[in-house]
Amino acid sequence: MPIAIVLILLTVGTLLFHFLSPWTFTPLASNWSQIDDTINITFWVTGFVFVAVNLFMAYAIIKFRARKGNKAVYDPENKKLETWLTILTSVGVAAMLTPGLFVWGDFVNVPDDAIEVEAVGQQWHWTYRYPGNDGEFGTVKSELVTDDNPFGMVADDPAGQDDVLIFSPEVHIPLDVPIKFNLRSKDVLHDFAVAQFRVKMDLVPGMETYLWLTPTKVGTYEVLCEELCGIAHHTMRGSVVVDEQEDFDAWVASQPTYADVQNTVAGDAAVGAAQYAVCAACHGQQGEGLQALNAPKLAGQEAWYLKRQLQNYKSGLRGTHDDDIFGKQMAPMAATLANDAAVANVVAHIQTFPDNPAAPSIDGDVANGARLYTVCAYCHGGDAQGIQAINAPRMQGMTDWYLATQLKNFRAGIRGAHPQDFYGKQMGFMGRTVQNDQSINDLIAYINTL
Amino acid sequence: MAYVSIADRDHEIEHHDPQTFITKYVWSQDHKVIAIQYGVTAIFVGIVALVLSVLMRLQLGFPDSFALINPENYYQFITMHGMIMVIYLLTALFLGGFGNYLIPLMCGSRDMVFPFMNMLSFWVYLLSVIVLLASFFVPGGATGAGWTLYPPQAISQGTPGIDWGILTMLGSLALFIVAFTMGGLNYVVTVLQARCRGMTLMRMPLSIWGIFIATILGLLAFPALLVSAVMMLFDKLVGTSFFMPAMVSAGEQMGTGGGSPVLFQHLFWFFGHPEVYIVALPAFGIVSDLLATHARKNIFGYRMMVWALLAIGGLSFIVWAHHMYVSGMNPYFGFFFATTTLIIAVPTALKVYNWVLTLWQGNIHLRVPMLFAIGFVFTFTHGGLTGLFLGNVTIDLPLSDTYFVVAHFHMVMGVSPILVVFGAIYHWYPKITGRMFNETLGRWHFWLTFLGTYSIYLPMHYLGFLGVPRRYFAMGNTDFMPESAQTLNAAISVTVIFVALVQLIFLYNMIVSLRNGKKADPNPWGGASLEWQTPDTPPKHGNWGHELPVVHRWAYDYSVPGQEQDFTPQTVSADEVPVGRDHGMEH
Amino acid sequence: MTITLVFLGAIMVTVISWLLKQTLNTEPWVSDPAADAVSGTSLDTSNKTMGLTTFLAVATSIFALFISAYTLRMQEPDWRPLAEPALLWFNTAILVLASIAYHWTRNAAVSGNTARLKPGLLISGVLTIMFLGGQLIAWQQLIAGGFYVWTNPANAFFYLLTAVHGVHLLGGLWVWARCTTKVWTGAEADSVRLSIELCTVYWHFLLLVWIVMFGVLLST
Repeated sequence: MPIAIVLILLTVGTLLFHFLSPWTFTPLASNWSQIDDTINITFWVTGFVFVAVNLFMAYAIIKFRARKGNKAVYDPENKKLETWLTILTSVGVAAMLTPGLFVWGDFVNVPDDAIEVEAVGQQWHWTYRYPGNDGEFGTVKSELVTDDNPFGMVADDPAGQDDVLIFSPEVHIPLDVPIKFNLRSKDVLHDFAVAQFRVKMDLVPGMETYLWLTPTKVGTYEVLCEELCGIAHHTMRGSVVVDEQEDFDAWVASQPTYADVQNTVAGDAAVGAAQYAVCAACHGQQGEGLQALNAPKLAGQEAWYLKRQLQNYKSGLRGTHDDDIFGKQMAPMAATLANDAAVANVVAHIQTFPDNPAAPSIDGDVANGARLYTVCAYCHGGDAQGIQAINAPRMQGMTDWYLATQLKNFRAGIRGAHPQDFYGKQMGFMGRTVQNDQSINDLIAYINTL
Repeated sequence: MAYVSIADRDHEIEHHDPQTFITKYVWSQDHKVIAIQYGVTAIFVGIVALVLSVLMRLQLGFPDSFALINPENYYQFITMHGMIMVIYLLTALFLGGFGNYLIPLMCGSRDMVFPFMNMLSFWVYLLSVIVLLASFFVPGGATGAGWTLYPPQAISQGTPGIDWGILTMLGSLALFIVAFTMGGLNYVVTVLQARCRGMTLMRMPLSIWGIFIATILGLLAFPALLVSAVMMLFDKLVGTSFFMPAMVSAGEQMGTGGGSPVLFQHLFWFFGHPEVYIVALPAFGIVSDLLATHARKNIFGYRMMVWALLAIGGLSFIVWAHHMYVSGMNPYFGFFFATTTLIIAVPTALKVYNWVLTLWQGNIHLRVPMLFAIGFVFTFTHGGLTGLFLGNVTIDLPLSDTYFVVAHFHMVMGVSPILVVFGAIYHWYPKITGRMFNETLGRWHFWLTFLGTYSIYLPMHYLGFLGVPRRYFAMGNTDFMPESAQTLNAAISVTVIFVALVQLIFLYNMIVSLRNGKKADPNPWGGASLEWQTPDTPPKHGNWGHELPVVHRWAYDYSVPGQEQDFTPQTVSADEVPVGRDHGMEH
Repeated sequence: MTITLVFLGAIMVTVISWLLKQTLNTEPWVSDPAADAVSGTSLDTSNKTMGLTTFLAVATSIFALFISAYTLRMQEPDWRPLAEPALLWFNTAILVLASIAYHWTRNAAVSGNTARLKPGLLISGVLTIMFLGGQLIAWQQLIAGGFYVWTNPANAFFYLLTAVHGVHLLGGLWVWARCTTKVWTGAEADSVRLSIELCTVYWHFLLLVWIVMFGVLLST
């Protein structure tokens, strides 16, 4: 008897939950309202069956519960009833399936006027590519992918010269225009998904997949990787910014083409030496770092990382959080570097410094640190040497007190909190798994042994 | 013919009755002992997987609060939890456990037809479990590739356990498949060839039908897992490129080329989807028997139930790619697989209707096994209906890879079969042990498990609607997920821990009742099927004493008009009027 | 996957239609004296035969899946067809002879001719071992020619398929060895008849598998 009442309550409760739940679809931001319609049809059909079956069952339990002297009715089968139920069920199934197939047909066939953009996935971040003015993508090959050619561009393909390369997990797309995302992975499976757009598709290495949509609302939408791609899968985020056409055009124009990237002049260390004079006051003549002034060692750090951090300081992605006291000191210093060339020059100069390991200043349980470090090693490498492809800087032989400060900052959201600091955000996720200061010391004590 | 040959074996049984403790309980060839060995091992390894799920929920509910959970072992827990639950618990328990116990008893056989192979099956299964659990302790730890073990990530940088972890996993699966095949040959041949006189196929209880068809599915589908595992081993060990495309890993060129990750997915799901029914069909069968017995009514539409099982079994081989709508396979496949997938809903729905119609005009005794059976019908209806969302290719676009999927498959092939497992254990416990379990504890166990699991998985669907992806170690702050979603996650986690602890009631009840339970009536629920008519309870080696039973009717003669008793055992012939409960045992 | 589907479809159709035939026109709730007299054996054959038949279905599934994987993988652009060593023709002939020899032995066993069992089993076994040896030599020829397992997926499949086939034959040889030992220690034809009959079926099955596989390898 209680079971019957509970079944009724659960059935009603499920319906109430469905209608009252604050957790439901995100507001739609694309043309795919048909998907939501299909879901609604399915909800009504399945909801009807759910209620009918369970209420009938509850009623049967109440009405036919065991009583003394009662006897069940012997009733092997009822062909008519079974036939009717089969027909009704088939009708319900057809009602759900038919619209579904039509919408799928729309999804499979991309409109002819769609503009194309390529989303490239790799562990654990996104980059993008527009075909440029000629509207045609240059050929790419996985075999050509290196740190210097992250897109695997074929250098002499004329179609590729004007391809616009987006070296960021954030991409812009224009409003109200059908967009076809060509999806490509450099390493393992990934999945390009934006909740508000409804559609998603896997990225498969060795082949190209696609999805298409027409954005209908200006805004910034988070891109999630939704196919397990390794231990930092959950940190593989990006964003899609839907712009009005003119904003979009301006944004595209500001991005480098493949030709631009190839023609970038390497930094001039000699010129950089003059600019480094400012830096030397804190970071030392040879970039050896000075703990008293909270200036980390620079010598031996890889150029790509130094450049990115200087850019981050310049653009406010770093050194703007209220609690980032030392970062706020660095930001105005970075601002003295007028442009990309100046950054490249000073970084080139830093690359000429002799790389002597910094003196360890932190003690801890090395064995425990080694255990904790297994997670770090996935990105920073087994020797903490850093892996550019994963955006993980070198830690080996660098100033350890600085590593500790930064790890604490990441953990506390002082660093990596800026919405556009995608790589910092990843480290925030990982930093938070190091639970306490003792663990940080252990970890750094271990890194000091590498 | 086989009848004669089995009768001949009577002498053998007399002479070869196991004499020592070792031959009786360890190297036993008795299907009942093997069933219990299978069952206990499966439940043990299931508890390991349950603990893993609690660890995962701790991280999801209270992110970054527990030092022992980091992204590396989180993904290892996910992988092992899934693999253990699907294969080493549910498949092994339904077929190795219930299949072994019930087939000879319900078919009226002395034992399985190949007892030695049956014994080997268990020991190889145990070995596969040991290898699987050993993978936690190998260098690099267990694989963290997810239970689907998709390449390239399963064997390339960035995933935990890409050396020893994946090798032990694949090795363990291969062993499991060998074990399953040895058991499966037994189940199929025993059902076909070693039933007692009068036991036509259509007089078999639906439990046997479910187990029988599931075994056929398993025999034909597990090879796909074997094939994909062997090919992945080649890719890993000898450097072939079956599944490995040209790719970069951690900034280094791998030197592989041309392989197709989607090919692996086709092979995997060619096994993976029938696997769902390998678990579901025995549950369907068993729950039919629980409902009929405790409602004192014949199962409604028995023939339709059998044909539905056959139809589901056949169709289950042509729906596999509905797991791959967004995998990058040729999108035009979507039309075909969405259609077949939704067609399979028809026979499945008919089964649900017939279960409910069995209750109609019954005389329903709400004993513990019946409660679990009713709970199953409820959760299975819910889980089956949400499957219509995911099976419809269009709706899969927003929902695949989200918590909706997690909620759906846990409802339909986690909670539902497990409710049947519990119901079945309570139902046959008196027969297996000769003791009654504690009814009150059984009820508590049911209510807390049923309500607990539903309140875990119902809200989880809505996280999926929201777009929360599965297999995320942490969500962090995202725009589309309201704060309250995290509160919900925490609530789910607390419920999970609670429901996990509730299972201690079950274990306590099972273990303590072995000694302290009331001595059981040989047929406490008034069951008409053969296993309740054994001369001994628990049945002895050889099951039937000197003479095999002879069957005169189907397994569902409950409340036959004009008969005093509300059940007529299968062994009672038309001329005999049932006068008492013990009648069936006079043979 | 089409190939697997065809094989499995055939198996499923056989199984399901057979089961349907058993179940369609029955009304099990109606008392039926004819049914009461039915023995619980559905097919007029021994348990071991049924066991082997079921196992052959499993093996068919394995081989069909491998061949499906082969045809799917073939479509990728890096596929370079392998020139199969001519030796395979010789090996095929040997395997055909082994199958014939086994069949000859079977006939002897069925007709109770114990004397012919020894030469029959010996010839079958030796031919089978020769086949396996021949396959190994074919591997060596390929390796000597620089066709390693990792050089190309076509090569990898060649080694894989022949290895899986060989492993099945080795399993058969184990049963053969047990049976042969029995015969050598004086077993009568009658006591090993079933074993020899089943082995014959198994050998024919593996011959058929080999011919299909060889055909697929040659034609691609």
